[in-house]
Amino acid sequence: MTVRASAYTVAVLAAFALSPCVSAATPSASMLANTCAGCHGTDGVSIGPATPTIAGMSTEYFVDMMEAYKADEIPSTVMGRIAKGYTKEEIEVLAEHFAKLPFVRPDQQVDEAAANQGAKLHRKFCEKCHEDGGRSSEDDAGILAGQWTPYLRWSMDDFTSDKREMTKKMRKKVTKMLEDHGDEGIEQLLQFYASQK
Amino acid sequence: MATNRRTFLKLAVGASAAAASGFPFLCLGAKPRVVIVGGGIGGATAARYLRRADASLDITLIEPKAAYHTCFMSNEVLSGERELDSIRFGYDALKGENINVVSQAAKGVDPDAKKVTLANGDVLSYDRCIVAPGINLDFYAIPGYDAEAAERIPHAWQAGPQTALLRDQLRAMPDGGTVVIAPPRHPFRCPPGPYERVCQIAHYLKHNKPKSKIIVLDPKDKFSKFGLFKQGWANHYGYGTDNSMIDWVSAKQGGEVSAVDAKQMSITASAGTFKADVMNVIPPQGAGMIAVDADLVDASGWCPVNEQTFESTRYPGVYVIGDASIAGPMPKSGYAANSQAKVCAAAVVASLRGEPMPAPSWVNTCYSIIAPEDCVAVSAVYRLGAEGKIVAVEGAGGLTPEDASPEMRKRAVAYAHSWFRNITRDTFG
Repeated sequence: MTVRASAYTVAVLAAFALSPCVSAATPSASMLANTCAGCHGTDGVSIGPATPTIAGMSTEYFVDMMEAYKADEIPSTVMGRIAKGYTKEEIEVLAEHFAKLPFVRPDQQVDEAAANQGAKLHRKFCEKCHEDGGRSSEDDAGILAGQWTPYLRWSMDDFTSDKREMTKKMRKKVTKMLEDHGDEGIEQLLQFYASQK
Repeated sequence: MATNRRTFLKLAVGASAAAASGFPFLCLGAKPRVVIVGGGIGGATAARYLRRADASLDITLIEPKAAYHTCFMSNEVLSGERELDSIRFGYDALKGENINVVSQAAKGVDPDAKKVTLANGDVLSYDRCIVAPGINLDFYAIPGYDAEAAERIPHAWQAGPQTALLRDQLRAMPDGGTVVIAPPRHPFRCPPGPYERVCQIAHYLKHNKPKSKIIVLDPKDKFSKFGLFKQGWANHYGYGTDNSMIDWVSAKQGGEVSAVDAKQMSITASAGTFKADVMNVIPPQGAGMIAVDADLVDASGWCPVNEQTFESTRYPGVYVIGDASIAGPMPKSGYAANSQAKVCAAAVVASLRGEPMPAPSWVNTCYSIIAPEDCVAVSAVYRLGAEGKIVAVEGAGGLTPEDASPEMRKRAVAYAHSWFRNITRDTFG
C-alpha cells in the first residue's frame, strides 16, 4: 500500500509540475483533441462539405496554423477565436496527436478534364513543396490531395487577395501560375486535389 | 438473479475498497457496467467515447425512441431548406460497437441500490450511471398551454413530429397570415435557437408568403447574439422599418405571455391579445423528468454536478450531462452536451480504474443561420478553474463581429453544415 500510494503521489506531483496553469494539470492529448471533433470530425477526419480534415498534418504545419489563427493572421469564421483558447504547449500536444492519425480522402465531385489539367499544373508549380501529388505534409506544407475543395478554394482566395501571407517560394509559384493560367488554373488544381484518393 | 446480485454486491464492496486504495476495478475480472439513460447527443456520445476508451466495458444505452431528431438544424426544416429525415439518427452504429441499446423508457434510477428500472419492469444494475435526459417542457407554466395544446400549437423544441407539425402549419398558412413565436425565459435549451427560428421562418415567408408577419412575444429584454440577430433581421427581413416582417415584443414592451387559447388560436401577453394563424410556444424548461424522479435536481429544476467529472453532487455514482446538468457557463447546446459527454466518459473510466480524475477540456460553438448565405456563431473554450468550476478561457471565444464580411458569413454557412455532419457522425457513428 505504501508503495502504491507514493507512486500515485509522485504521478500526481509530476502532472502538476508539468502543468502550465496553476489550477489543474494539462489535459491529455485525447482530451484536448476530443474538442476538435465536433467541427473537424472524429479523429480529425472531416466528412465535409467544407471544414478541413486535420488528421495527418505535419506537427510543424499544425503548430504554424494554430499560432497564425491565434495571431489573427489567417481570416477565419470561428477558428481564430477558438485557437486563442489553447496554450502553446497544448497546441504542440495536439499537433503530435493529429500528426499520427491517418488522413482519409473523401469522395468529392470532380470535373475530370479540369482535374487532368490540374495534374499538370500541380507537377509544374506545386509538387516541389506539396510532394507526392499534394498527399504529403512535410514541414510547413499542408495536405492538399483529398482536402475538402471549399476550404482549399477559400484558402487560395485569401492568399491571392493578400488576406493571408504566402511564403516567398509559394508567392513566386502562385504568381507565375496565375500569369500563365489565371483563375482557371486554380480551379483546375482544386479539381485535381479533389480527384485524389 | 439473487445469487448474481449477491455476487455482484460482494464484488462491488470489494471494488469500492479497491477503488479507494487506487487498485483498478478492472483487475477483479468483472466487466464494469455503465448504464446510460437517454440517447440524445450527450447519451450517445458518452456511449461511443466510453467504448473508445475501453473495449471491455459493459455499456447499455436506454432510449425509448427508435431514432433521435436533432433539435439543432431543425429550424432549417421549418424553412424547407432541409428535409426532416436529414436530422434523424438511429442507433445501428452504436449497436455495431457492442453497445446494448435498450428500446425502453427508464422509469427510475435508484442510486443507493445502483439500479435502473425500465418501463417494462426490467431492472438493470450498474457500477456507474450516466443520466442524459435532456429537457422537460413545463406544461404548467403558461395557462392553456399543455401537452394536448401542443398538438395544435407546436413547441417544436424536441425535434421530430413537432418539427413536422410546425412546418406543415407554416406551409398551410395563407399569405398575409400571422405567426406568433413565444420564446421561454432563461435558462433553456439552445439560447439562440428561438431567434434563428424567427430568421428561418421569415426566410420561408419572404419567399413564399411575403405579406405575412411574425410577432415574437418574449419574456426577456435581451437574448443570445442580440446585436447580430437584430442586424440580421434588419438586413434580410426589414426589421426596424415600417415594412418589417418581424415584430419583436420585449419584456419591457409587454412580451411575457400569460395565457394561450388553443381553440381560439389566440395568445395573451401584457401587450395585448394576439390572434395567430400559426403559433409556436416554447415553454419554460427543466431537467428531463427521469432526473426529477431520481431526485437529481435541486431547487432550480436542473442537476448540480461536480464540474470536473459531471458526477451528481447529490448521488455518487450517477453522472448527469447535457441540457439537464448545471455546467457553469456552458450553454445548453448540442455541442456542449457532446463535449461534456467526452469529459464524463473519461471520468467514469478513470473512476472505475481507480485512477485520478483526468484534467478536462471543453468547447462550444453555436452557429445560427440567418439566411441561406448569412451565418453567425458564438464560441468558447472551457477549462476547469481554480475552484473546480468550469470557466471560459479569457481572451478566447466570443461572437462573430457585427462587421464580419459577407464572404465570411457565407463561409460560416458551409462550416455550420459541416459541423452538423461531423458532430452527428461523432455522436451517432
